[in-house]
Amino acid sequence: MSRRDATLLGTRGEERLDLDATERRYVRARSWMLLRDLARPVRWKLLLTAVLVVVSNAARASFPLIIAWGIDWGLPQVVSTLRDGGSPAPVLAAVGGTYVAAALTAGLLLGTYTWLTARVSQSMLLDLRVWVFRHTQRLSLEFHERYTSGRVISRQTSDLDSLRELLDQGVSSLVSGLMFMLFTTVSVFVLDWRSGLVLLGAFVPVAIAVRWYQVRSEAVYRRSRVSSARMIVHFVETMTGIRAVQAFRKERTNDETYDRLASRYRDDMVHSLNLFGVLQPTLLVTGNLTVVALLVLGGFRVLDGTLAVGVLVALLLAGKRVFQPMEQVAMFYSSFQSATAALEKVSGLLEEAPTVRESPTPVPLPRAQGRLEFRDAEFGYGQGEVILPAFDLTIPAGQTVAVVGQTGAGKSTLVKLIARFYDLSSGSLTLDGVELDQLSATDLRHNVVMVTQEAFLFSGSVAENIALGRPDASDEEIQAAARAVGAHEFILSLPEGYDTDVTKRGGRLSAGQRQLVSFARAFLADPAVLILDEATSSLDLPSERLVQSGLERLLGDRTALIIAHRLSTVEIADRVLVVHDGRIVEDGTPEDLIAAGGRFAELHAAWKDSLVG
Amino acid sequence: MSTPARPSPRRVRGEERSLAEALRRLSPYLEGIRWRWGAGLASAMLAGLVALAIPQVIQQLVNSVLRPGGDASDVWTAVAIMAVLGVAEGALVYLRRVFILPPAAGVENRARVALFRRLQRLPVSFHDSWPSGQLLSRSVGDLSLLRRWIAFGTVMFVVSIVTIVVGLGLLFATSWILALIYLAGAVPIMWRSFHFRNDFRAASRLSQDQAGDLATTVEESVHGIRVLKAFGRGGEALEGFRGQADTLRGTEVHKAAVLSKFISLIVALPETVIGLSLAVGIYLVATGDLTVGAVAGFFATTAVLAGPVESVGQLMGMSLSAKTAIDRHAEVMDTPVDIADPEAPPAGGTAVDTPGALAFRGVRFRYPDVAEGAEPLLRDITLDLRPGETMALVGLTGSGKSTLVQLVPRLYDVTAGQVLVGGRDVREYELVELRRRVSIAFEDSTLFSDSIRNNVLLGAPERVLADPAAAQDLLDLALDTAQAQFAHRLPEGLDTEIGEEGLSLSGGQRQRIALARAIAARPEVLVLDDPLSALDVRTEEAVTRRLRSVLAGTTTLIVAHRPSTVALADRVAVLQDGRILDVGTHAELLARSADYRFIISSFEADRSIESVMDSGAITAMTGTEGDRA
Repeated sequence: MSRRDATLLGTRGEERLDLDATERRYVRARSWMLLRDLARPVRWKLLLTAVLVVVSNAARASFPLIIAWGIDWGLPQVVSTLRDGGSPAPVLAAVGGTYVAAALTAGLLLGTYTWLTARVSQSMLLDLRVWVFRHTQRLSLEFHERYTSGRVISRQTSDLDSLRELLDQGVSSLVSGLMFMLFTTVSVFVLDWRSGLVLLGAFVPVAIAVRWYQVRSEAVYRRSRVSSARMIVHFVETMTGIRAVQAFRKERTNDETYDRLASRYRDDMVHSLNLFGVLQPTLLVTGNLTVVALLVLGGFRVLDGTLAVGVLVALLLAGKRVFQPMEQVAMFYSSFQSATAALEKVSGLLEEAPTVRESPTPVPLPRAQGRLEFRDAEFGYGQGEVILPAFDLTIPAGQTVAVVGQTGAGKSTLVKLIARFYDLSSGSLTLDGVELDQLSATDLRHNVVMVTQEAFLFSGSVAENIALGRPDASDEEIQAAARAVGAHEFILSLPEGYDTDVTKRGGRLSAGQRQLVSFARAFLADPAVLILDEATSSLDLPSERLVQSGLERLLGDRTALIIAHRLSTVEIADRVLVVHDGRIVEDGTPEDLIAAGGRFAELHAAWKDSLVG
Repeated sequence: MSTPARPSPRRVRGEERSLAEALRRLSPYLEGIRWRWGAGLASAMLAGLVALAIPQVIQQLVNSVLRPGGDASDVWTAVAIMAVLGVAEGALVYLRRVFILPPAAGVENRARVALFRRLQRLPVSFHDSWPSGQLLSRSVGDLSLLRRWIAFGTVMFVVSIVTIVVGLGLLFATSWILALIYLAGAVPIMWRSFHFRNDFRAASRLSQDQAGDLATTVEESVHGIRVLKAFGRGGEALEGFRGQADTLRGTEVHKAAVLSKFISLIVALPETVIGLSLAVGIYLVATGDLTVGAVAGFFATTAVLAGPVESVGQLMGMSLSAKTAIDRHAEVMDTPVDIADPEAPPAGGTAVDTPGALAFRGVRFRYPDVAEGAEPLLRDITLDLRPGETMALVGLTGSGKSTLVQLVPRLYDVTAGQVLVGGRDVREYELVELRRRVSIAFEDSTLFSDSIRNNVLLGAPERVLADPAAAQDLLDLALDTAQAQFAHRLPEGLDTEIGEEGLSLSGGQRQRIALARAIAARPEVLVLDDPLSALDVRTEEAVTRRLRSVLAGTTTLIVAHRPSTVALADRVAVLQDGRILDVGTHAELLARSADYRFIISSFEADRSIESVMDSGAITAMTGTEGDRA
């Protein structure tokens, strides 16, 4: 168990292909549990669906029986009634009516069943989507940094899509096809047990052919998935990098590469089509020869008079139809396989536990003052090396603290601890005397907000993006927030003002404008503690000035920690922390630090020099 | 930030084309398929007729067996004929696939490769206006539909019609009353099946779009997870997602409803008709107007017809979709390649008057998708670079710097005026020749999924590549100059694969590799579009210094954001609002231009504390100042 924990728990084993039997069983069981959990809310509907599929296919399989009955019982009845001068209507109505009733039952229930299956399976899929989405949002940043965004996204898109495809391409027709074959076989047995045995015998070559197809197609299918993925990657890479392709005259090499990739895909595809090309006629011929065998077996007995002619006709019709659904069953296998693999990966993701958890018995803190205190605080990822060795730090409410240091010094880790993106390895971090991990998620986010470096905007309008700070804010409040940080003017100049879609042409914002929107967002959230990773990578002077004044208004009298990228920011800070190799090496007001003549003083001096153009 | 890949219902040019005309568009790809298609059609047709013959045998058989004094030899005859027909049907189906599928896959492949070639040669402005998702769906989805239509749709449409006509004929020959009853049931099915396909496809399109939107939401929720966590907005994001996912669920259920109605119809209606026929048939047999064999034959024939009747409408719908796919393909193939080689080969071969000279003469530029009346992005740009000179191009964000440099290798063509390389208009060169002389590095460095070595040597001169030792020297020099020595320390050194399936590099690393690539091309004219923006100050200075010595003799136009780079240039051109404001040495411009001083000071303010501290030499910065003065 411990070995398995280490290698398979959660997402760890998902790239491995060499699972042994025990490990396979573990992963399978995990998928099954997930499936069972998903099925629980819809179990009654599932049961109803099962009943419908049984009844409709029983009705469908009864058609040959009714024909036999009609010919062998109905025909002599009608002949004798006509001879006696009576009306044949009651008998005809009985035969025809039974058949029509079976036809309507089969058709309507089959339709209902198809629809119901979609409802059930789609609501299971919806649950699964929501679970995975919620779980992903809950997982800590530590997980996201390890697992990479690409994989999280493909768990939620392509993997869930392969489940959707499975449902789409008719898990319903598969079940219904199997049922149909079962009931048709049963009805053949009812008509004539000898013929039933012949039919069972015919299932042997059919089973062999289907198995042969599955085994071969699995390998070929996987290969064609790989070759189509390669082709698509090359295509997308070429089209997105078209400027470099043309500038470096890569067109001809690309032509050759693409030709090769596309041809390989074609070969794999033809190969897989050829496999089906063998299966389909095999099934067809088996069906036809089964009919012939039934004919041999039944024909002479009809001559003897030991088998009714109607029964023979029914047997021939049943024999012709019984293998029809087999094609679907065979084709289904590959999408079933990829869906299974997807479910295994998704269940692994769901097994990951968030390392930052909400306390089950939170201490309420609706409105904090903003006093932060680290005591003997130490941080490292998991069991790994220590990033921030034990330190003490107290930040009084309302103080503006600038954090400076080299790349990788630990500035960002320090401030992310306050936002509780990570939890301390040991020691304590309190807000107004309350341990941070004792706060409810709602109280924590109400009191502490972090504005990240990316200034990420979601698709939607500018107003919606600001409202992310407080979703229940009115339009007036949104505009007031934008005004407060100085974003109002540029927003009004956009094609549709606050309603401009940020993903549309004309709505694309410059880096500085995005930063201002994210400031407005934070202003609207109105937290007691504000954490800012003040990114300024490509702002030019006018934008920089715009952002600077917005920043000052945003800070107000909040407690603020700013990873400062400009000296102008440091100048508005009450206090500066210089971080080096995970330790706070200098701590004081900017003036004091300059006077003390340490690293900060040197930095400041260098800066001043550089401005003497 | 990702843009939702919403396949907007853009109108496709060529919608007015007829199907036959659309097919003619395909003729370049149809080579070698025609006779095989014919052979496949013949096989399929024969298979259909064989399938229809089997019920006739059953009819004869049942009648002969029923006949008083029926003969066992009749049974054996029927059995033998049915066995032969049964095997023949399978063999013919097999043959159809063997004849048609490989060449149809060939058509798909040829069309796909042709599309790719065309797309690679279409100008950058075309790609600006077409999201790569749109192009991908044309390359994959459309063409695979086309293959299925050629291999299956066209053939089965013809075969279905013939089977239905012949089958109905046989039914009428058996009993016109039963045949009429059958026809009454078959017509609505054929009618509905056409509509079914359209409705179902519309629902499928919708669900695809919604699935795409949902994927966008997922992507944003993952890329923006820090923002969502920072504001504790996971709950709201989940609600939004749940709403979208629920809409998708609704669409899927709607799709299933369309399907379930159709399934109900195609099972219930024909079988109801058969129930009626059974009653009528028994009556007709009883009155002696029909034989039992004919009734059996009738049922067997309707079983054969069921497939074609269900699918003929759908196959027609498939033809309509296939035509749209062809139109969409033609739309791309017909887009003119307006940045192309000159029609006549340049007079005087490839020789030029002044190798290495670069000049802009009255250049005016407006992006093709911008309204005609709008102010051009670049206006009256006239600029001369002497051979071997390094010129820095500076300007605020949005002044048009990046656009200007892309005119040199003809990634875009000027709206008016001229760009001259080696004293000759860039439009007079063959593209390959021009781009051999001019090399470029972009700010957003695009690398390809390949080894570091191949990425760097991508544009290297062929004669150098022919000699492995020289190629290695060039590679080392380029990496060294670009301060990309880190590449040697990668897991597999210079043969490390990067990109999609390989190692991912940081932004700064990518930029340095892209710069090395531009250097390794050994151009006469090197154009660098802010290629050092992701580098820290010290590395950037090292690169700039090395560039000066390695590129001595190479004319260089460099978009710069940092004073140190600007200071190393021979001359500086100031671009503002699409015009050249001034040209001169750094010192001259500092002395005479207030605008220049403003721009340079904005560069200074841009320097981050982190980069200054990273440079590890806070005091050393005064040294740089000395150099500049």
